Amino acid sequence: MTPKIIKVALIGNPNVGKTSVFNQLTGLNQQVGNYPGITVDKKTGVCKINQITKAKIIDLPGTYSLNANSIDENVVIELLLNKNDEDFPDVAVVVTEVENLKRNLLLFTQIKDLEIPTLLIINMSDRMKQKGIELDIPFLEQELKTKIALISSRKNIGIDNIKELILNYKQLSTEPCLNASSIDPEYFNRLRKAFPNQLLYKLWLVITQDVNFLNLQRNEIENTFTRSHTELKRLQQKETIKRYQFINDTLKIGQKIDKSKATDFQSKLDNILTHKVFGYLIFFGILLLIFQSIFDWSSIPMDFIDTTFSKLSAFTKENLPQGKFTDLLSDGIIPGIGGIVIFIPQIAFLFLFISVLEESGYMSRVVFLMDKIMRRFGLSGKSIVPLISGTACAIPAIMSARNIENWKERLITILITPFITCSARLPVYAILISLIIPETRFLGFSLQGLTLMGLYLMAFVVAIASAFILNKVLKLKCKSYFVVEMPSYKVPMFKNVALNVLEKTKAFVTGAGKIILAISIVLWFLGSHGPGKDFDNAQEIIETEVYSSNTKINPSVIPDRVAEYKLENSYIGIIGKTIEPAIKPLGYDWKIGIAVVSSFAAREVFVGTLATIYSVGSQSEEEATIKMKMAEDMDSKGNRIFNFATGVSLLLFYAFAMQCVSTLAIVKKETNSWKWPLIQLAFMSGFAYIVALIAYQTLK
Amino acid sequence: MSEYNASILKKGQSAQITDINIDEIPLKLIEMGCLPGNDIELIQIAPMGDPLFFNVNDSKVAIRKKTASAIYINQESIK
Repeated sequence: MTPKIIKVALIGNPNVGKTSVFNQLTGLNQQVGNYPGITVDKKTGVCKINQITKAKIIDLPGTYSLNANSIDENVVIELLLNKNDEDFPDVAVVVTEVENLKRNLLLFTQIKDLEIPTLLIINMSDRMKQKGIELDIPFLEQELKTKIALISSRKNIGIDNIKELILNYKQLSTEPCLNASSIDPEYFNRLRKAFPNQLLYKLWLVITQDVNFLNLQRNEIENTFTRSHTELKRLQQKETIKRYQFINDTLKIGQKIDKSKATDFQSKLDNILTHKVFGYLIFFGILLLIFQSIFDWSSIPMDFIDTTFSKLSAFTKENLPQGKFTDLLSDGIIPGIGGIVIFIPQIAFLFLFISVLEESGYMSRVVFLMDKIMRRFGLSGKSIVPLISGTACAIPAIMSARNIENWKERLITILITPFITCSARLPVYAILISLIIPETRFLGFSLQGLTLMGLYLMAFVVAIASAFILNKVLKLKCKSYFVVEMPSYKVPMFKNVALNVLEKTKAFVTGAGKIILAISIVLWFLGSHGPGKDFDNAQEIIETEVYSSNTKINPSVIPDRVAEYKLENSYIGIIGKTIEPAIKPLGYDWKIGIAVVSSFAAREVFVGTLATIYSVGSQSEEEATIKMKMAEDMDSKGNRIFNFATGVSLLLFYAFAMQCVSTLAIVKKETNSWKWPLIQLAFMSGFAYIVALIAYQTLK
Repeated sequence: MSEYNASILKKGQSAQITDINIDEIPLKLIEMGCLPGNDIELIQIAPMGDPLFFNVNDSKVAIRKKTASAIYINQESIK
């Protein structure tokens, strides 16, 4: 017998545990991709139903209804309305939860109107007893014209029931729950007559939504049936009321709630966590904990990764036959990969905290707590999430700004987020700080640690100040909408958090990794090849120079001198020398110049570039770590290249400059124009240049 | 703006919604059940008096004061 595949779409409101259900069904058989053309994550997974049947499950973005408010939600409608889509589901599985059943069922009744076989999952059944909720499942199944799986994804109860219902999806009714067209019979009758072959609800969605459909001629409908925006909204409101009437009538009989059993533990928790003093203190404490983990705890695995890769590089050099390939491997690829892998601990810690805060329901309280303060700077309470995520990486952070309803607040958030110190800056900071700040203690704190903290605070202050300015400068009129769902507090589920951290870290490493690896190979090539005779005859030139000079020079330095001379005359050396006049006022030599230029692809390339440059530029047997090589590098006058003034100037430059192509690309996608990323690039990099210039000129 | 709207509720008070100003209320809030006839209860006030955390139609949601003042309530129903 050939295996059978059932296509399943998981649909549901945010915060109903839809992703937990998905995780329980698919385990590690998940894939994260992208919907074509947009940056919405597309999660699919495979679930084995029985010996011969598998379900291909697609986890659609959470949505409150089929009236899409964002591109994430649009994905849901576009899939459900397009029968030709390869992912068009055989069965729609709507996930709801016991405590918010009323609201969750709104979406369910809309899905039912699409006449797709629909299955209802009621999640978090383990909370029913505690909340005093009783459900009459047979009655609800009859009224809602569906089959119901009462489950608890947290306790892993009822998952087999879902599988069985999916297997028998053909028995599910495709009849709508209610007749929504009665809100304006005359209008809908006309619509029905004009398009007799189309589903009425589908037509209605096409009229009210900004979505594209293959078979429906949008213009044709619009000409005769479009109404004013307010009128349509009024109709949508009527539709919603109609649906709630049905749901309320159904639940009046099908659901019993013993109000006295509802514990007030949640509101007691809220009294503390959103308290005017304790609320902020607790939030501040959590932030400290996050930073502690990033700076302190993750340094142990990071040091280990650093030395491991240095050793690996030396090992390949010694044990592989000499030649171009070995050079590429030991000087290009291995340091390049090392430069990516070293981020993993920090990224993982950050995503761990963020996903715990979100899973527990605490993040919404932070949004609630911070909204009034953030509004003064033209931001929203919801900007907090991008600003915190921005400490890991600006890309997911900018994407998370999507749920800010007000366009102006969202735009300002997107524009200032890249100022926040992302983890790509950390290795740059780490290496520079260790070069220019002594390892002493100040009032019991490590001076290096304090410097790092100072850089973070400075970035935050600049971000907020920029927001303030943008708020004054940008003349955009928008409705100040702000709606945050405040989910009940829950203990985060280990499986969800672990999968989330794994997925995000993987995405970061592979995404950034490709660029870094490609750049390190290109750099290696440019560094080990040169155009002229100077490069090819480096050996002879240096030998003549050494032996003809009067001073006694130890012949053992010849290999290093040759390597350095070669680097100076290689392609990369020439590029570096060409731009030197522009960066000299900031205190950078041509080697740093190359690193700065290559960092425009991504900041973290800085360390990798210097690693590659210094590896190519040395022929000595032992592989010292990059840091030691940088510290020992001298200019022609015998001064240290990485002195205090240059170090500070570099730190400031990296703090403010817009050096991330991927961020610019995401800003372009999210704002739908090149205008904003270009403004961002010019403003941030210009500001960085000026600040670094002032710093170097005052300190040198 | 009507005098009796959801922004005048005190913490712990609830009332019945009589009408909403459709231009000021986002659809998302309507979909959560912020509709005439349903009850709205003020659960929590943010430290600086704004935003407000409501329970409306069993949905727990925080909105800004300005939005709350577009939700009109029945004065007699306040409790």
